[in-house]
Amino acid sequence: MSMRGRLATVLGLFLVAVGLIVWSVATFLSPGVPGGVIDFTKAQAAGQPVNLTIQSVGSIGTGDHPTWVSYLAKNPTTGKWVHDTTWKLPANTVINVTVLQYDSGSPLRNQEWGQVQGTIGDTATLNGANFSVYNSNTGNGVGHTFAVPALNLSVPMVGVSSSATVCGVAPCGTSFAHNTETFSFKTPGPGNYSWQCFVPCGLGYLFGNGGGMSTQNYMGGFLQVVR
Amino acid sequence: MTISAERPTEVAASSVSPPAQSGGTSWTQRPGWLSQHAGTAIILAILGYLLGHWMGNAISGNYDYIANSGQNAIADTFGLSFGVLGWLLGIGALNYPLAKLVGKEAAHEETVEGWSKYFRYSLDHKVVGLQYVVGVLLFMFTGGLLAMAIRTELLSPTTHVFSPDTYIKIVSEHGTIMMMMATSIIVGPLGNYLVPLMIGARRMAFPRIEAFSFWIFVAGYGVIFSALPYGGFPTGWTGYAPLQTQAGPGMVSYLLGFAVIGMGMMAAGFNIAVTIINYRAPGMTWSRVPIFVWSILATAALLTLATPVLFAGGLFGLLDKTAQTAFYVTEHGGSSYLWQNLFWFFGHPEVYIMALPGFGIVGEIMPVFTRKPLFAYKVAAAGMIGVALLSFFVWQHHLFQSGINPDMRPLFMLTTELISIPTGFIYLVGMGTLYKAKIRFEVPMLFCMALFFNFLIGGVTGVFLSDVPVNVTVHGGFFVLSHFHYTIMGGLLFAFMAGLYFWLPKMTGKMMNKKLGLVHFWTMFVFFNLTFFPMFVIGLLGQPRRVFTYAKNLQGLNDFSSMMAFCLGLSFLIFFANLMWSMFISPVKAPANPWESLGLEWQTASPIPAHNFERIPVILTDPYHYSEVGAPALADFGDGGLVSSNSTTGSSPA
Amino acid sequence: MSSENSMKNETNHLRKMTTIWVILSLAADLLFWFWVGPHVPPGTMTSTAKSNQFDFTFLVLFALPVLIGVWVYLGYAIVTWSAKRDNVPEPIGGEVARSNRKAQVSWITITSIVVLFLAGFGTVAVINDHGSGGGEGPNPIWNPGGASKAEAAALTSNASWSPNSNQVLPVQVIAQQWKFTYRYPTFGGFESSELILPVGTTVAFNVTSLDVIHSFWAYQLSVKADANPQVNDVAYTDTKQLGNFTVRCSELCGLWHGSMFNYGKVVSQSDFMNWAKTTESANAANTANLPPFAWTYVPDANGAAGGYYPDGTVTPYSTVEVYGSKQPAS
Repeated sequence: MSMRGRLATVLGLFLVAVGLIVWSVATFLSPGVPGGVIDFTKAQAAGQPVNLTIQSVGSIGTGDHPTWVSYLAKNPTTGKWVHDTTWKLPANTVINVTVLQYDSGSPLRNQEWGQVQGTIGDTATLNGANFSVYNSNTGNGVGHTFAVPALNLSVPMVGVSSSATVCGVAPCGTSFAHNTETFSFKTPGPGNYSWQCFVPCGLGYLFGNGGGMSTQNYMGGFLQVVR
Repeated sequence: MTISAERPTEVAASSVSPPAQSGGTSWTQRPGWLSQHAGTAIILAILGYLLGHWMGNAISGNYDYIANSGQNAIADTFGLSFGVLGWLLGIGALNYPLAKLVGKEAAHEETVEGWSKYFRYSLDHKVVGLQYVVGVLLFMFTGGLLAMAIRTELLSPTTHVFSPDTYIKIVSEHGTIMMMMATSIIVGPLGNYLVPLMIGARRMAFPRIEAFSFWIFVAGYGVIFSALPYGGFPTGWTGYAPLQTQAGPGMVSYLLGFAVIGMGMMAAGFNIAVTIINYRAPGMTWSRVPIFVWSILATAALLTLATPVLFAGGLFGLLDKTAQTAFYVTEHGGSSYLWQNLFWFFGHPEVYIMALPGFGIVGEIMPVFTRKPLFAYKVAAAGMIGVALLSFFVWQHHLFQSGINPDMRPLFMLTTELISIPTGFIYLVGMGTLYKAKIRFEVPMLFCMALFFNFLIGGVTGVFLSDVPVNVTVHGGFFVLSHFHYTIMGGLLFAFMAGLYFWLPKMTGKMMNKKLGLVHFWTMFVFFNLTFFPMFVIGLLGQPRRVFTYAKNLQGLNDFSSMMAFCLGLSFLIFFANLMWSMFISPVKAPANPWESLGLEWQTASPIPAHNFERIPVILTDPYHYSEVGAPALADFGDGGLVSSNSTTGSSPA
Repeated sequence: MSSENSMKNETNHLRKMTTIWVILSLAADLLFWFWVGPHVPPGTMTSTAKSNQFDFTFLVLFALPVLIGVWVYLGYAIVTWSAKRDNVPEPIGGEVARSNRKAQVSWITITSIVVLFLAGFGTVAVINDHGSGGGEGPNPIWNPGGASKAEAAALTSNASWSPNSNQVLPVQVIAQQWKFTYRYPTFGGFESSELILPVGTTVAFNVTSLDVIHSFWAYQLSVKADANPQVNDVAYTDTKQLGNFTVRCSELCGLWHGSMFNYGKVVSQSDFMNWAKTTESANAANTANLPPFAWTYVPDANGAAGGYYPDGTVTPYSTVEVYGSKQPAS
């Protein structure tokens, strides 16, 4: 083979290798690239409180991991439930959060999360009634929490009765048993703040913190606070 | 001059019946398209995987905890295990043991000529050596790409290119692939290729085990890489339990991958140690063994003795994940310290598995380019053995802050600091050899000098890490990260490059391009230091390892480090281009002994005959008589003339 | 060349190198000690930070001459002893080609002395400074005065701490995926996400985990102790200055390891007292739901809250308090 031929061969093989690498990166790593961001900055005038409606379900029912628990959020412009956990919020603004909890509960591993912290007034409402501490050893227990560690924000999501028909495919309609909780908090300055659940609800994994608890877009995500 | 041939009878004995002769018909010989090579191995590996996966699902798919998790680690374990088995069957690694097992006389393996021998189960250590070169480069480029991804994510503390779970997967995969690569990067290619040539042997002691060590190394690459499609693992290369037990099925790839690679490491170490001890040519006394062979012997001992601990530890973890045992789960009677102890009991000898061959290469190359004998040869050899021994007694310095028995801490601080004495010998050797020398700055020599520069920083920071009070600040941060990159990358990888530039002319008969080599060296040296030195500062300023976000005031340093890392990546592309250019595109025939080395490996014919030496040489002296005019000949090749061991004209008289 | 000449030549080389080395090392050491030393992390906020800062600086005083020594030697060799290009040099021959025994012996002796001295120095430092802020495990042997008493009292219901009493303050650090929380046994055992410490006080951090291994790293306090499940890892420090500090997890613990950090505060003893009393009463309702204070807790492995082992009811191996469904309903 001539030198030019060899050069062409090596370059050709090199391009094939690069192509293979790009393909494998695209295949195996792209699900981890934070793609979906729900924008909450445009639905209202600047400075006005933002309404954030989310739901937690016991099993997402679709996709690669149908048995995993997950949070979903309602897109403020289309009104549709979206399986994305990165939410863009305006800075220094009051966020009114409504959570529809469709999952059952159990006693908390760490009762510290039974206390409402970091919300305006350190309280939340459960089906209309105010509360600031929930004893998860009684009643239906706590299913999940919504917590932003960097803001010291933590609110327990009280579980539905385990005898009720639990919704198994998201998004869940309000005809299924659920608890409605509301609370408000104020966003800080711009930055990326991770949020997560502190109830070990990743079934089938040691300490309950694997699976959906260890994968973004299920039980954790970011508050993308922008100016 | 006295000829000291202590074992003349063995010359005749070892020159009969070379191992790999084709002869007779057998069930392993069949038409070409049916013969065993990498292609059949891949097909059987895939079939094995599918069979194992199906079996695993059939056995365990109905258990609640598996159905709930939505993932089946048992099926993945079975699939990967049977895949590896299929791979070994397909490549022909099991022909010989299986034939023996059923009482048949095993046939001689067919010898294949031409390119296709590199894709077969070859019993020639020279073929295995070159197979390993390609293998470790594949590992290195995969790991390097992942490193680029890490530095890309760390460009900003707030804007994320990858999600945190993907970032941890990338970090873990990078670390694991690099560590697996680093254990073999010198022992595999250069150790397998050069050891028989350097000790005057015609082959390895166990050629089949040697070939096995390579092909299972490739299988290990496949297994560890399978972690990515499985969703990765979140534990870093250290795989700490119980996070390990909690992780998804990607963890199976990690545990099984280390077990598979571990089999290759044990096999390689065992084979090389036996070869060095038993296959030295007559006259090759322990005081005449080249220093590179000493380093490989010490490494082989570590591979053989330390790896079983990792192997067992990995299988325990696999049992925890699949069969619900509780080796590492405290509340069920296990211990979260057990993995840490097992892992580092292997892990610290592992660190020296990655350092010693580098020292050996430097010790071997420096005399050639300084025209001086190796300074303090015996101290160098003693240092290698000393490091190897001491390395078994330092592992708990990885656990200083873990809550181990506190009175262990001064003890392990002492042993850790003691190990810097034999490690320091390499500086005595290097500096002594440089003294009043006539230094030629060829590319391999430059890489050796760079090793002294880099490893010094790595070694000195190691003393900081071993000091318990200072360790409180630097443990688990970027300081330690930078420290081990300085020792492994700045030491081992630079030594590997020196070795490649030095020995590729003998291995392939082609010279590496010097101009491209110089560009490669200077870019790699400068950008390596600029990438990793800032990380010491980043670590001291409080950035822990393996984080996707960091303090805002550290962005400048992180960005600088990232930019330099990208340039470092480009430098590896220059190396790749040089390799392709010099080996394939525009090869230049290498002289028989381009560097005027006295080493035995350069004295045999070029290209090297199938069995290395026409007649087993009788070794007359050590190979470092560079500074004597009319020095004694190195070896008697039995061809009528003694090879003069020091000529200034540039060619060896016949 | 006569041997006398070569000896002279040799001394000249060594003298030159030594001169350059001494000057550069001295300059570097002095510069570091006076210019960089006071800014070396982790600062001077606590006794351990201060002594660890001193230890680091002290080691640098040794490290710089070693680095400079080798670099000067390499540089000198490159400049002085390089061969002409593209030519294999003539053999050197003579005395230089032999391995000088004196050089070998003195190298080994000097490195051994330095290394043994540094090991001794580190040992003295770690013992004198009560473990240097590193985790000493459940049975610390280098504990400050009063620590054992305070730790024993912490498990009783009448544990207390008051300002200006020189008492050791036990603080429990509970690590979980992915946040640290803190319990104060001397204030009714309340649990909080905030870490507030009084100044001028010996603090005993009792670090434990509810799940995987974490590492509690209070950077400016120079405290680092791994959090292992069902292990009480104890580390001590003396707070010396007011200010904020960063707590980070320094052992990879999964998805949110990178965001497992918070900021703590060292405040005056009276401010601390106010904060502690206020928080104690504000959290009283929740404290009642917590299990009794203990050094370690067994995470409940049964049922929905973390079921993995499928055998239904697991009896923990130790008899300590259970975080999770097994605690008595109140």
